[in-house]
Amino acid sequence: MSNETKQPLIQMQNIEKHFGSVIALAGVSLEVYPGECHCLLGDNGAGKSTFIKTMSGVHKPTKGTILFEGEEMNFSKPRDAISAGIATVYQDLAMIPLMSVARNFFMGNEPEKKVGPFKFFDHKKANQITMEEMRTMGINLRGADQAVGTLSGGERQTVAIARAVHFGAKVLILDEPTSALGVRQTSNVLATVDKVRKKGIAVVFITHNVRHALAVGDRFTVLNRGKTLGTAVRGEVTPEELQDLMAGGQELATLEGSLGGTV
Amino acid sequence: MSENSQAAPVTDERIKSVSNFRKSLMRPELGGICGTIIVFVFFFLTASDSGMFNSQGVMNWSVVSAQFAIIAVGACLLMIAGEFDLSVGSMIGFAGIIIALLSVTYGWPMWMAIIATFVICIAIGALNGWLVIKTGLPSFIVTLAFLFILRGLTIFAAIATTKKTIIGGVRDVAEGDWLASMFGGKVFTGFFSWLGENGYIAVFDRGSRAGQPVVDGIPMLIIWAIILIVFAHILLTKTKFGNWIFAAGGDAQAARYVGVPVNRVKILMFMFTAFCATVFAACQVMEFGSAGADRGVLKEFEAIISVVIGGALLTGGYGSVIGAALGALIFGVVQQGLFFAGVESSLFRVFLGVILLLAVILNTYIRRAITGEK
Repeated sequence: MSNETKQPLIQMQNIEKHFGSVIALAGVSLEVYPGECHCLLGDNGAGKSTFIKTMSGVHKPTKGTILFEGEEMNFSKPRDAISAGIATVYQDLAMIPLMSVARNFFMGNEPEKKVGPFKFFDHKKANQITMEEMRTMGINLRGADQAVGTLSGGERQTVAIARAVHFGAKVLILDEPTSALGVRQTSNVLATVDKVRKKGIAVVFITHNVRHALAVGDRFTVLNRGKTLGTAVRGEVTPEELQDLMAGGQELATLEGSLGGTV
Repeated sequence: MSENSQAAPVTDERIKSVSNFRKSLMRPELGGICGTIIVFVFFFLTASDSGMFNSQGVMNWSVVSAQFAIIAVGACLLMIAGEFDLSVGSMIGFAGIIIALLSVTYGWPMWMAIIATFVICIAIGALNGWLVIKTGLPSFIVTLAFLFILRGLTIFAAIATTKKTIIGGVRDVAEGDWLASMFGGKVFTGFFSWLGENGYIAVFDRGSRAGQPVVDGIPMLIIWAIILIVFAHILLTKTKFGNWIFAAGGDAQAARYVGVPVNRVKILMFMFTAFCATVFAACQVMEFGSAGADRGVLKEFEAIISVVIGGALLTGGYGSVIGAALGALIFGVVQQGLFFAGVESSLFRVFLGVILLLAVILNTYIRRAITGEK
């Protein structure tokens, strides 16, 4: 992919975020191009969550600028980011288990039909679209009225991703989508990420698992203690190097040696 | 499902096919439907000769059930939205006294007194909701505070102005008032006279009203109950806002992330609960012709019990208005039925406790069945 010819979809420039006396982000920069999967790696406490929450409008940056399609953005609430086309799928807050898949899918974006002066939730349309979208993502539902609670963790992530794509997300932020999943479910989610990327959507994939990142990522940015430790391109970096950058030190290297490179 | 047949459905061999019976178990109204059937069969067998199912008997338990239903509808939507309101009972006493104070003591026209009371009470409901949202405290605590605040204010207001805790004479002021008749009047009186004339229902056989039917119409209370049930059911299941109510109670944070205005939904539901309590109070004041500062004690719990019997989860996000209405019906039929059957009335509370426990256990099972938890 020739990134040079394309304009980045989103540019985060020198983002700083302070919480009182704590400096959570100390100048992080990143750009994401359409159709690429940009992996954001970092250990716990590196500032990954704070960073994506700034990107998705939950936090306002203390310093720095956010350019979306070349224009400066000032998100004051998540709704602003969503309407600009930045959708975020949170690890465990994506879906409401007691509600049906269709109700979850259209939550906040309910289709309506007019009957006289009244507007009603168009359940028929909602169910039909949900079934279709799920089938393209490779999930066969028993029915769109099936409760989300009956789906597996991977399927829930997939529903959330399909939902974001259906509602026109240009940038899709995935917050550790694979961290709580089994092997099979993880590969399903990674396959979904690949499908989404091929539609030209920019994916920001947050993880602390190097192998998951390398499986789908085009570029890799490593965060450590609120700072960027550089961005690497696919094929130019080894899993070991990424792992070292994330740990930000040598201890892990020695630890890894004793564990035989299994971390 | 036509689209299912064209693309050969790939079934996962690990998913057990779910029988229709088990599927039907996963409806929130199930407990309510079973309970209603059991209750009616029981009283048909034990109390059918006591007059429970003649026109007066039916009207008797219908009115009591409708009272429960009016406050249960509000409590139901609020509980599905993830909050409680324990101040409903105090709100009923408060609203009644305000109506009577403004109309009888201060001489306002009845319609103005009623409208002013609705405005004040809905504003208090909004304040409840606003406090819950702003402080992040459990609604249980905030509305418990209002349970005492409103009850105290009610008694104080009544005594400070009239030196009594009961304000009478409402009926005289309400005479001929268009809005008062919306709460205290009866409808279909012509139909009931016709039924009486033709011998379908009992009529008075002596006295000044000889020849008139004993039950001369449907009280507006019952009409209000039906309107509120239908309105809330459609709102919850058939509209966008209904989806937001489920979402707000199911997981407020997840709902916020996709742009559902959770705070607005919750505050509106507190206001709706206050509205229902005020409807209850207005009907009661018009029926009795007086307002009492002690009215409505324990009503908040009766409302919550009706809702739980109706299959709603105390944790929010799941429930049904129809279920809550059936819960209210069970409540009313049993309370009045025990009277008809000549059972010691204190046993009603025993029954109440037992059925509440059974309902909660059944609901927990249903939730596990839906969410697949172990």
